[in-house]
Amino acid sequence: MKHFARTALAALILAASHIAFAQTSLLNVSYDVSREFYKDLNTAFVAHHKKATGKDIKVDQSHAGSSAQARAVADGLEADVVTMNTTTDVEFLASKGVVAADWAKRFPHNAAPTTSTMLFLVRNGNPKGIKDWDDLVKPGIQVIVVNPKTGGNGRMAYLAAWGSVRAKGGTDAQAAEFVSKLYKNVPVLARGGRDATGIFLQRNIGDVLVTFESEVVSVDKEFGAGRVDAIHPSVSIVAENPVAVVERTVNKKGTAAEAKAYLDFLYSDEGQEIAAKHNIRPRNETILKKYSAALRPIKLFTVNEYFGSLSEAQKVHFNDGGQFDKLYTQGK
Amino acid sequence: MSASATYPLPGQGGGALGPGGEQGPPPVRRAAKRVLPGFNITLGFTLFYLCLIVLIPLSALLLKTFTLTWPQFWEAVTAPRVLASYRLTFGASLTAALVNVVFGLLVAWVLVRYTFPGKKIVDALVDLPFALPTAVAGISLTALLAGNGWIGQYLEPLGIQLAFNPNGVVIALIFIGLPFVVRTVQPVLEDAEKELEEAAMCLGATRWQTFVRVIFPAIAPALLTGFAMAFARAIGEYGSVIFIAGNMPMISEITPLIIISKLEQYDYAGATAVATVMLGISFVLLLVINALQTWQRNRSGG
Repeated sequence: MKHFARTALAALILAASHIAFAQTSLLNVSYDVSREFYKDLNTAFVAHHKKATGKDIKVDQSHAGSSAQARAVADGLEADVVTMNTTTDVEFLASKGVVAADWAKRFPHNAAPTTSTMLFLVRNGNPKGIKDWDDLVKPGIQVIVVNPKTGGNGRMAYLAAWGSVRAKGGTDAQAAEFVSKLYKNVPVLARGGRDATGIFLQRNIGDVLVTFESEVVSVDKEFGAGRVDAIHPSVSIVAENPVAVVERTVNKKGTAAEAKAYLDFLYSDEGQEIAAKHNIRPRNETILKKYSAALRPIKLFTVNEYFGSLSEAQKVHFNDGGQFDKLYTQGK
Repeated sequence: MSASATYPLPGQGGGALGPGGEQGPPPVRRAAKRVLPGFNITLGFTLFYLCLIVLIPLSALLLKTFTLTWPQFWEAVTAPRVLASYRLTFGASLTAALVNVVFGLLVAWVLVRYTFPGKKIVDALVDLPFALPTAVAGISLTALLAGNGWIGQYLEPLGIQLAFNPNGVVIALIFIGLPFVVRTVQPVLEDAEKELEEAAMCLGATRWQTFVRVIFPAIAPALLTGFAMAFARAIGEYGSVIFIAGNMPMISEITPLIIISKLEQYDYAGATAVATVMLGISFVLLLVINALQTWQRNRSGG
């Protein structure tokens, strides 16, 4: 009798674990600072999926630096979808055959459901009176940015500074001069976005931090509102947040439909609204307008306008021996 | 005689089987008997284990480097930024290891030779840099030494900056390297015979002579080992340094950061090329230190 009970219990546990295992789950491999956004989005998606299909689904998240994540997926991390903040990271996965070669055409808007832009955070009350890009190169201003060599945040800041000169009708030579002046005002190159925020707010170094618009919310949350003012420059860059289905994993797991539904949900009104709440710019114009107090309408340019593409910019500016290296090796 | 021919004693070899009294060919010696059994199997396992844990990953590193042509390799490892990072990494590691030798010896000395209340706690404190996640070490050191930190705020008006420049790198490396020197010197110092020192004293040696002639030769090999370990550890250190270095190209970028930044641009081959160079330099340095040690031991032992 005791033996029977034990066997029955074992069978029950086995069955239960089997049911738990049978529930579809997706793994979203994403960049470092999107943790809170996807936490909210996943909750909404699970409810939405249940309503639309009647099936339960679970979404797991993995967050780290964007290109470190891309390398992990390329090396075999079983992501169903990748949601990055730099196009080159998804392109790298496409070059490895992990995502479809035409991934950018699989979803609307270049497969980027959301964007962000670079803006300035200054100390409360803006004591140095920083309003626009030109103020960053004034003598005595200390600028905190991420090292473009180690973080996508830094690459976007660099390209935004360069593009700001071009957008005002300047030449590439003038842009190069501007950028070189700007980096002379940089006392510490941060390693990543969060590191830069720490240097600016915990170490109290610098007068202005150039970072993603989406960082403002987390800064207010972590350091208390009122520590910094967000300054929107007159012109800035569109930083696309590309998404893609990882074909290698969904073919193996048979989760292609769910993965697509998940990414489609990012484009839905609900998904776009959640993004806007996290200070990430939605593609949907109406929702963008609704949140224009935080996501201020400023003149924006895309990477493609002045740099051809992000991978082109990577080659010219950030790879070894590129334009960025010249800033630090010239005259030494 | 005949008895010995019929029943050769173990270890005597086959040569003894020859007719008694005759001087046969010299006995063929079997491989020397070892006191401990299982030499072959343990050696085999050691080699296998070292291959699995050390050599296979390292050969993967080398193989990846071979995807580069010579000019590409040379360009990757001699770019000005990379050269500056070697200077910083090896220079700062050397400085930190030297500082650790001096103060590590002092700490070990105090811990072995004196008794004082709270000694156990001090002893345990030494190991903390081992146990602490290095990122935590980096962040706390930065918090202390930055311009607005507890210590930094008093130093900055004096024009002393310890964070976000190469000074910070050295400080972080001193922190993580300390236990290596203390823990290698400590047991040797404990085993050192007090009688020798007393004898030296009795024979009229000054304190300084006793230290230089008697104590130092005994602990020098351990000190060198500690130095080598602290140095090697410092070369590979990443976690604590990047928080305090400031990571300015040409000034405060350590070589591991160069490797990471190459990976950021998906330049696997370039990253492994730099890693290979680092590995080569470290290996040569450690070999030199080992040779020094042997030389030292022979000199003092002879």
